[in-house]
Amino acid sequence: MSDLPKRLIDVRQHVLSKNDHLAHGLRQRYDQAGVRVFNLLSSPGAGKTRLLEETLRRLGDRYRVAALVGDLATDNDARRLARSGAVVRQIETGGLCHLEADLVTRHLEGWDLADFDFLFIENVGNLVCPTSYDLGEHGRVVLMAVTEGEDKPLKYPGTFRWADLVLISKIDMAEAAEFDSAAARASIASVHPDATIIATSARTGAGLDEWLAWLETRGIRHEIS
Amino acid sequence: MHELSIAMNLVQIAEEAARKAGASQVTVLYLRVGVLSAIVPEALRFGFEIVTDGTMLAGARLEIEELPVRIFCEHCAAEADLPNPQIFCCPTCQRPTGHMVQGRELELTSLEVT
Repeated sequence: MSDLPKRLIDVRQHVLSKNDHLAHGLRQRYDQAGVRVFNLLSSPGAGKTRLLEETLRRLGDRYRVAALVGDLATDNDARRLARSGAVVRQIETGGLCHLEADLVTRHLEGWDLADFDFLFIENVGNLVCPTSYDLGEHGRVVLMAVTEGEDKPLKYPGTFRWADLVLISKIDMAEAAEFDSAAARASIASVHPDATIIATSARTGAGLDEWLAWLETRGIRHEIS
Repeated sequence: MHELSIAMNLVQIAEEAARKAGASQVTVLYLRVGVLSAIVPEALRFGFEIVTDGTMLAGARLEIEELPVRIFCEHCAAEADLPNPQIFCCPTCQRPTGHMVQGRELELTSLEVT
């Protein structure tokens, strides 16, 4: 090693400050356009796309709705969601395990956000990495399916901790999965004592009115970090 | 495994700070990482080694200070560290609390440079 004198320099910077800065810009754009934005997180297969399909269809009667859908590869989900009549765009991350504010910014190009009342961002199926990235959303929704095990929130406390809403999905399968609702709610409350929880089934429609009502009332600005 | 992206952010921030300070080489990076930051230190070290190759940070050491979750309990009117980040209860009075004051940090605090 060199004999050059060593010295210490102060940095004190959040490592994701670039993302936070871009997310702040996005939030300002959303607010100026009057569009409410929701970031959907879950592990793969928890039912984000199915819930979104039903959500876009139902909200679409009354509101102008759009969705950005993140996946490692394929545009299958975007094509599926477009059938609801909503404006949909796929974000293929090419292997990146989460969405970042920069990716969202680039995929909003060409859209006039004032054309929408609601924008949903379906994150990449992953309960770890997306947690760190603010996308400027007004609400962060974390899904857990009844088939996943009641202790999922304990295994991913960092993700459930920051959920504005926890959706227990596929509730129509609760009995077959021997799902213990009280245990699941206790797990969520353990990492997030103030969590709002709604149990839903996109297939039977259970809980969807409550979910849509939550979306409609959630217009407040929300700083993630 | 988003630690590779995080490592790339680290390189960018550290190089900029080092250049601004007129340094030629970064030898140590001091980080503060909360246990709920969703960062695995081992994965970060691994990614860091890969992305620093050929940069001012090549061969630099990562000094990671892990921070426990600290809550504020309104009942006790005091802060306390959680022994377990999965149970948001005050360790003193056992009451549930959602008021977190530390544990999500991911901060580059300082650099040792030459």
